[in-house]
Amino acid sequence: MTVPILQARSLAKSFHAIGGDLPAVAQMSFSVSPGEFLCIVGPSGCGKTTLLQMLAGLSPPSAGDVLLDGKTLAEPQRDISVVFQKPNLMPWRTVLENVLLPMQIFGLPYRRAEEKARLMLDKVGLEQFVDAYPNALSGGMEQRVAIARALVQNPRILLLDEPFGSLDALTREKLNLELLKLWRDQNITAVMVTHNIREAALMADRVLVLSPRPASISAEIPVNLPRPRVEDIEYTKAFTDLTFTIRKEIRD
Amino acid sequence: MTETTPENRFVKVKQSWLRKQSLGLLTLPVGITLFVGLWYLVTRLGNYPSFILPDPGSVFGEMKTIALNGLLWFHVKATLTEMAGGLALGLFGATLLGYILAKSPLLERLLGPYIVASQSVPAVAIAPLLIIWFGTGKVSKVLVCALVVFFPILVNTIVGIRSVDEGLKTMLRSLNASKWQTFIRLEIPAALPVLLGGLKIGVTLSVIGAVVGEFVGADRGLGYLINLAKGLFNTPLMFAALIVLTAISLSLYLAITGLEKWLLAWRT
Repeated sequence: MTVPILQARSLAKSFHAIGGDLPAVAQMSFSVSPGEFLCIVGPSGCGKTTLLQMLAGLSPPSAGDVLLDGKTLAEPQRDISVVFQKPNLMPWRTVLENVLLPMQIFGLPYRRAEEKARLMLDKVGLEQFVDAYPNALSGGMEQRVAIARALVQNPRILLLDEPFGSLDALTREKLNLELLKLWRDQNITAVMVTHNIREAALMADRVLVLSPRPASISAEIPVNLPRPRVEDIEYTKAFTDLTFTIRKEIRD
Repeated sequence: MTETTPENRFVKVKQSWLRKQSLGLLTLPVGITLFVGLWYLVTRLGNYPSFILPDPGSVFGEMKTIALNGLLWFHVKATLTEMAGGLALGLFGATLLGYILAKSPLLERLLGPYIVASQSVPAVAIAPLLIIWFGTGKVSKVLVCALVVFFPILVNTIVGIRSVDEGLKTMLRSLNASKWQTFIRLEIPAALPVLLGGLKIGVTLSVIGAVVGEFVGADRGLGYLINLAKGLFNTPLMFAALIVLTAISLSLYLAITGLEKWLLAWRT
């Protein structure tokens, strides 16, 4: 097996509450290989977002640690980008300016940053909307901007927290396939948290199924569907069998 | 214009905005004309003595006289200086304290009661004290002004900074943005609509602050002029001063509204 790029070692998190600690994530260990697309599936409110926040370095674990290239992660890293449930765009910035933000924070020269941002917006199909403000965009377009913003700084790892959860089924399917294409083109590692079984089956190389709160890994399911994945794959028997397997694991 | 490139779309937006503006510029003179016409009619039909309700002609005559002999500008300048000083001082103090309080709930709990208590004493009532302490010169009026302006701007700053979206904060944290970067790139622009709202209230209040200060004790300014006109039973002069005061607050208010439209163009 290859050296893992990202690793969770006995990761646990509990929140302080009246009458004792409330565990959200309990004793979780897994690793992510470079270039892998890992999906983490679990019932709503099981601690998926908490887990992702720890992987992003946004929230310190109560026990255990997260390793990036074998080194403990203490704070957010440039190598790791996050796409959140909400697009989190700044309404006072145009699409282009929103994508420029990470590079402004990192202090990249403006001209180079703009070039990269425009290129990235081309890739997500928003070249027509560079000067539009977010309030003129649809939900799917907003999330595309968020993806462009996350990928523009060439991260090695992309963490996705149910990024398409609030979109309609058709838009969601379209964006899933677009994301797969970007993942392949950019040659990055992706970890996506979702409660949608079909989405997980469509995207992943491997699916981790989480138990209800406190979250722990209840099953690990490899996905051997051929790539590149296309919409039609959802109507094959192999796909249906896979979603059934995942579904069963969540139920148990 | 057949193509609908994004540039074209923006041109269109700008044009319609301009059209809206020119409509607004038209309503103001029409409104003023109507008001003056009505005023003239009332004085004409009621036939009131001039010291009760002067007709527009005598008021504008009075205004012309003091405008020509330099008296008007002398008093306007005094009031404007006091307002500018008070607004600047109040704005600076209130935004600074507001930011600190928004960031520290502990400090807000500690200082909050005192701030609210200080507001229950009307600034108007403190004005005489300030005159005793700082004299009848500019300083006392600047302070009255600053006091009047302080509270609404403080509250708006706290509300504005506290209302910064949590998702955007987390997003910036995921980029490892420094405190300063978060302040410049997120907190200021996010709080700007509410801050400008506070400024809008502050500007109109600063007129009140300056006039109140001048009422209590001064030798110049529009508030002083009104007091003087009262003593002389020169009601046309009083009206002239009132009109100038109104014009000042109205144009400042419109200026802030324009600034708002320009800075917050993304909201349309």
